[in-house]
Amino acid sequence: MQVPAPFEYRRAESVDQALDLMTRLGSTARLVAGGHSLLPMMKLRLAVFDYLIDINDLHGELGYIVVGPETVRIGALTRHRELLESAELAAAFPIFADAERVIADPVVRNRGTLGGSLCQADPSEDLSAVCTTLNASCVIRAPGGTRTVSMEDFHRGPYETAVGDGEILTEIRIPVRERGSSAYEKVERRAGDWAVTSAGAALWLNPDGTIADARVGLAAVGPNTTGIPAISQALRGRQPSEDAWQEAAALASRHCDPATDQRGSADYKRHLAGELTRRTLRRCAQRIEG
Amino acid sequence: MTTTAHRVEPENNDHKPLGHGRMLRKEDPRFVRGRGRYVDDVQLPGMLHLAILRSPVAHARIVSIDVTAAQASPGVRAVVTGEALGEQGLAWMPTLSGDVQAVLATDKVRFQGQEVAFVVADDRYAARDALELIDVEYDMLDPVIDARTALAPEAPVIRDDLDGKSDNHCFDWETGDAEATERVFAAADVVVSQDIVYPRVHPAPMETCGAVADFDPVEGKLRLWSTTQAPHAHRTLYAMVAGLPEHKIQVISPDIGGGFGNKVPIYPGYVCAIVGSIVTGKPVKWMEDRSENLISTGFARDYVMRGEIAATRDGKILAIRTNVLADHGAFNGTAAPVKYPAGFFGVFTGSYDLQAAYCKMTAVYTNKAPGGVAYACSFRITEAVYLVERIVDCLAYRLEMDPAQLRLKNLLRPEQFPYTTRTGWVYDSGNYEPTMRLAMEIAGYEELRREQAEKRERGELMGIGIAFFTEAVGAGPRKDMDILGLGMADGCELRVHPTGKAVVRLSVQTQGQGHETTFAQIVAEEIGIPPDDIDVLHGDTDNTPFGLGTYGSRSTPVSGAAAALVARKVRDKARIIASGMLEVSVADLEWRKGAFHVKGDPGRSVTIQDVAMRAHGAGDLPDGIEGGLEAQICYNPSNLTYPHGAYICVVDVDPGTAQVKVRRFIAVDDCGTRINPMIIEGQVHGGLTDGVGMALMEMIAFDPDGNCLGASLMDYLIPTALEVPDWETGFTVTPSPHHPIGAKGVGESATVGSPPAIVNAVVDALKPFGVSHADMPLTPSRVWDAMRGAARPPI
Ligand SMILES: Cc1cc2nc3c(=O)[nH]c(=O)nc-3n(C[C@H](O)[C@H](O)[C@H](O)COP(=O)(O)OP(=O)(O)OC[C@H]3O[C@@H](n4cnc5c(N)ncnc54)[C@H](O)[C@@H]3O)c2cc1C
Repeated sequence: MQVPAPFEYRRAESVDQALDLMTRLGSTARLVAGGHSLLPMMKLRLAVFDYLIDINDLHGELGYIVVGPETVRIGALTRHRELLESAELAAAFPIFADAERVIADPVVRNRGTLGGSLCQADPSEDLSAVCTTLNASCVIRAPGGTRTVSMEDFHRGPYETAVGDGEILTEIRIPVRERGSSAYEKVERRAGDWAVTSAGAALWLNPDGTIADARVGLAAVGPNTTGIPAISQALRGRQPSEDAWQEAAALASRHCDPATDQRGSADYKRHLAGELTRRTLRRCAQRIEG
Repeated sequence: MTTTAHRVEPENNDHKPLGHGRMLRKEDPRFVRGRGRYVDDVQLPGMLHLAILRSPVAHARIVSIDVTAAQASPGVRAVVTGEALGEQGLAWMPTLSGDVQAVLATDKVRFQGQEVAFVVADDRYAARDALELIDVEYDMLDPVIDARTALAPEAPVIRDDLDGKSDNHCFDWETGDAEATERVFAAADVVVSQDIVYPRVHPAPMETCGAVADFDPVEGKLRLWSTTQAPHAHRTLYAMVAGLPEHKIQVISPDIGGGFGNKVPIYPGYVCAIVGSIVTGKPVKWMEDRSENLISTGFARDYVMRGEIAATRDGKILAIRTNVLADHGAFNGTAAPVKYPAGFFGVFTGSYDLQAAYCKMTAVYTNKAPGGVAYACSFRITEAVYLVERIVDCLAYRLEMDPAQLRLKNLLRPEQFPYTTRTGWVYDSGNYEPTMRLAMEIAGYEELRREQAEKRERGELMGIGIAFFTEAVGAGPRKDMDILGLGMADGCELRVHPTGKAVVRLSVQTQGQGHETTFAQIVAEEIGIPPDDIDVLHGDTDNTPFGLGTYGSRSTPVSGAAAALVARKVRDKARIIASGMLEVSVADLEWRKGAFHVKGDPGRSVTIQDVAMRAHGAGDLPDGIEGGLEAQICYNPSNLTYPHGAYICVVDVDPGTAQVKVRRFIAVDDCGTRINPMIIEGQVHGGLTDGVGMALMEMIAFDPDGNCLGASLMDYLIPTALEVPDWETGFTVTPSPHHPIGAKGVGESATVGSPPAIVNAVVDALKPFGVSHADMPLTPSRVWDAMRGAARPPI
């Protein structure tokens, strides 16, 4: 049994109270949501914190999926499993169900949260790629008020985000656009493993059937929070076609910076970035066609 | 010799055979209810907890160790270093291969994860926290990580603890006839050679290793609950190492959560727990965590091989030759019979009729965890079978022959048994072709090849892989085989109680193999008492006869034979008592499972239960017969048993992502007489799953500094249900001629046979790219490399 270093534990009763505790305790404290990233690190003693503030009782306040006509709002404490099982969310953004099917395993998905995933900012983490693909923004609450940042501003690098000490990520907002769809694909060495490489794609068409916009979010191949504007530029105005996907694939391969590790070589991951971009864009087009 | 062939159809398991047959496992009610009792479930009054400080680096001199802060930490009862152990002469212990291994490092650390000091404290948390307070100063040394460079003159010497040691050479070993083999190779039409790596893997049992030591200073008795596959052998070794009298040591191996060879060696942690209990006067528990298990305990494989095969142009295999570089880590902890430093690798000649064979092996020390034989390998047969089955496929590729036809052409024929191989192994029985044909029939082999051809036309990648293996299990005849001087025989004791219920005591120890069921069935078959009325006791040295334990698929071949023979001994006595009860001569009795009948008057009979009551009851017994109904024996096998099997694997490879999907797997096993077919299938299913792990994902990798890159189950992948297909199994039955019930072992067959079938299938799928070999693990990235003509060894 791996055992963490000593720490103190509080269960927050409201977001305000959690913020208050965080402000007082500063960087010695951490929020615990699903705990599936934080607790393993503490047990391996890669991370040591004096205080844990458990926000799981705030599921009523922070766990929700609201699909509106212009925006989808998802609470930070929404569990993987809820993202996987929401029919409304799948109708608006099928990419979520695609991704959630291949994130971890049911045990992790029952507890792990959207907010915890984004705040952990693991370089292989999948939901950041999903949020990037969908051009999501993140609502961060501090004692003094609330601010909203883009994924580009949110994600500062591996394990680093815009959420400061004493702040909480409360919500993800995703703009809804017409005639669009989305998809996600991941290559893993084994079910439940982190991605060798993943790609998410979103595609929107004009009424005449040409491409209005396209975004691609990659995981495990270096920082990737822009949606790759070059792909959008290259595809806008064109007909959906294998040629178009091929060009997007080449751009995706170019716009990443993978490293060789046990999961695979940098060359292979670069290849996958392209291959999976092609596959997900193709699927988006098929989904729009219905 | 008769062989029968069967395809396994789903059946109802829930009936109660009076002997061999399908029945649910007697041990499962407690496991499925969560009522198993493992080492970590042992709680003793006043028990303390032990944690081990391990080396963060692969090779360094220890300059100093400061334990003052740790000693002062709350709840800490003792902090012990190698120096303190050295004062008691306990800093080093013998390994199972006659090398020595540090219990706690004194001079140097030689692998990352090596034991450096331990803390005993009131609870696990206090013990673990105190480890952080031990201050060790290391003087870093260059590590030796790549076995290929271990013998370079400039390589740092790892084992400078050994007198006069000036290099990293561990041992040399050879088998077969070098000259005869050279002659055959020189004259052969075709010679194919291939470098083949079997990377280091880990058994990774669900339950990690651990112990609870309870030394009673008044009685002078040590009770040790430990995760061991060989409680009796361990007891004797503790007696030899620690100088405790053997009768004052009780080793108890309770329920074990998977062994796979990982729990054969004695680990420093067990010794630390014993010392901890002696020092504190309290029971001490040590349970390693997952990372400790993966980085420090017995690994497997790590063979860098060159295989060569010589054949005629039309595919008659003539000879096989191999050169092996074996990485044994920092201490030679291999568990193998003394005369077999490379285990049973000598069966690399496989299932074929050869003219010559030769193997030369060099083993080296490196700065990696010790171990060597573990993980369901039947003493290195996994490596041997992988080598021969891979190289035979390389030959098929070169000759452009169908690999099934090539094998059929070369398999040993039934009239050749008993067959002495070119390396001196005597295969007891075998009838290989029906096994192979059945596998091909279940697979629909011809149809699969047609499908493959069509798919290739369309650019799809489908592969069909075959492996045919012969195993050598049931170590072993005591004239040849011992471990540290202990002969590899097994005892068995059977007592029939007055009411006709029985208890059978084994010297082997189950870790999931179902002994409590199988051994009850073996006895039931012989003596006619229902298996549910027979209790099987094992794993407690005070309450079971001596024997060498469970590994290398030896339980049924050795201990199973003992169980059958002890039951026959009891039955012989029962027959005499029955003759008295029925007032006829022994010769006039006929045994039908469960009762003695008077020949010609079958209405007159007594059941075994009647006899049991008489044996313990009032009234006279026949002359010279003592009361009671029990017996004990020790069984020394005259030979190993040689199970075999034919495996066929079908894979699909995604041409875009290089991901491998195992679509089908057909396993036809022949393990002789089948005692409980359901348990056999379970063993086969588990072993096949192991094989998928090794072939596709498992590897204990190291970085150039010697950091272990497989220190958690996030990094060291083991397969899940999603990576494996529905297994399709079948069987043939070729009994062993020398085993009392004709049974052979089967525990490791599937682990041995499946990796080459899977790798052969993937390589076959990649044939359109001109690929004839790729090393495990065949992760998507490595398969993609192979598709691009850039296949690399994993180390
Ligand atoms: C075996 C396993 C496999 C996995 N596989 C994958 C995978 O394939 N893909 C993948 O993407 N992920 C994977 N994960 C990670 C999993 O999805 C985690 O649950 C997730 O990354 C973290 O979510 P959590 O709610 O558990 O966060 P926690 O572990 O509770 O927290 C993580 C970090 O985020 C902070 N935090 C949490 N919530 C907030 C908030 N609202 N505001 C501010 N900070 C917050 C915490 O303080 C902590 O620093 C895997 C995990 C495991 C254990």
